[in-house]
Amino acid sequence: MDIKAAADIGAGLAVIALAGVGVGIGNIFAALVTSVARNPASRDKVFGLAILGFALTEAVALYALVIAFIILFV
Amino acid sequence: MAAESQTIDALGQFKLTTAFGPLGASVNFTQSNLMMLIACVLVLGTLYIGMRPKALVPGRLQAMAELSYDGVLQMCIDTIGEGARRFFPFIFTIFSFILLGNLLGVVPYMFTFTSHIAITGVLTVLVVVMTTVVGLRYHGLHFFSYFVPQGVPAVLLPLLVPIEVLSYVSRLISLSVRLFANMMAGHVMLEVFGAFVIMLGSAGLMGGWHSFALLPAALSLSINVILIGFEVLVAVLQAYVFAVLTCIYLHDAVHLH
Repeated sequence: MDIKAAADIGAGLAVIALAGVGVGIGNIFAALVTSVARNPASRDKVFGLAILGFALTEAVALYALVIAFIILFV
Repeated sequence: MAAESQTIDALGQFKLTTAFGPLGASVNFTQSNLMMLIACVLVLGTLYIGMRPKALVPGRLQAMAELSYDGVLQMCIDTIGEGARRFFPFIFTIFSFILLGNLLGVVPYMFTFTSHIAITGVLTVLVVVMTTVVGLRYHGLHFFSYFVPQGVPAVLLPLLVPIEVLSYVSRLISLSVRLFANMMAGHVMLEVFGAFVIMLGSAGLMGGWHSFALLPAALSLSINVILIGFEVLVAVLQAYVFAVLTCIYLHDAVHLH
């Protein structure tokens, strides 16, 4: 196999991590909806936590993306 | 640019060039430095000019300055707990510097200095070294008990202590790469969809003019508009996350778990 094709496949494989990130972000917001539905007064406090968790989870997706970029362009 | 060669030059936008002509070139003053300078001037100017009226009922600019100050202070106190005010100036400086850097990057033709890992890396090293020094000053050598989890059987300690140390050290990577990757990925995405507009537009017009010729280009243009809005959200969010994580690290250093 030619090395360029192998690199392209590798970059594709690197972003499989996004599946896990999708599940994670879905979990975070599902939990947010549940907790706000149970206790609407806690909304402000919980929302900040959810956004923090969202950003931390999203970062994992971006690590995968950076690996893919490194494979493709560097 | 991108359309002629039919490849998308997604990373070309992060290349450093020198600003201010030959004078800037002789001291290697890059456009990244220029943007940092602009960010600093904007932060200081907004706070200084905003707070000058010292009105009891704040005007627009003063309200902005007060709101950002109060918001970060509240976040600081909530996260660090006791003794938060000592660290507030540091947190507020880092927060506003990163926030302005991210937000200025969304403006077209402006360079995003936070999209370089050199800059986020230096900020992270500053944060991690500072938290370690704070921990050592507050607790002396007792600080190293931070790496020994409490209530764990002694048999497991040889396994857990290296994990704790590793997770402490890997803050250096996670904090810097998070900010850098968010900014870089966002701008690459904008660039890719921007190139799509040109490529699909020229490809659509190649088959002669008909009513749907520009539809694909218009679609990717509208996606780009949405992405810009998303970028503004990410810019604010990542500055906030950086500040919150700094606060959490400081909390760990001050209170040891």
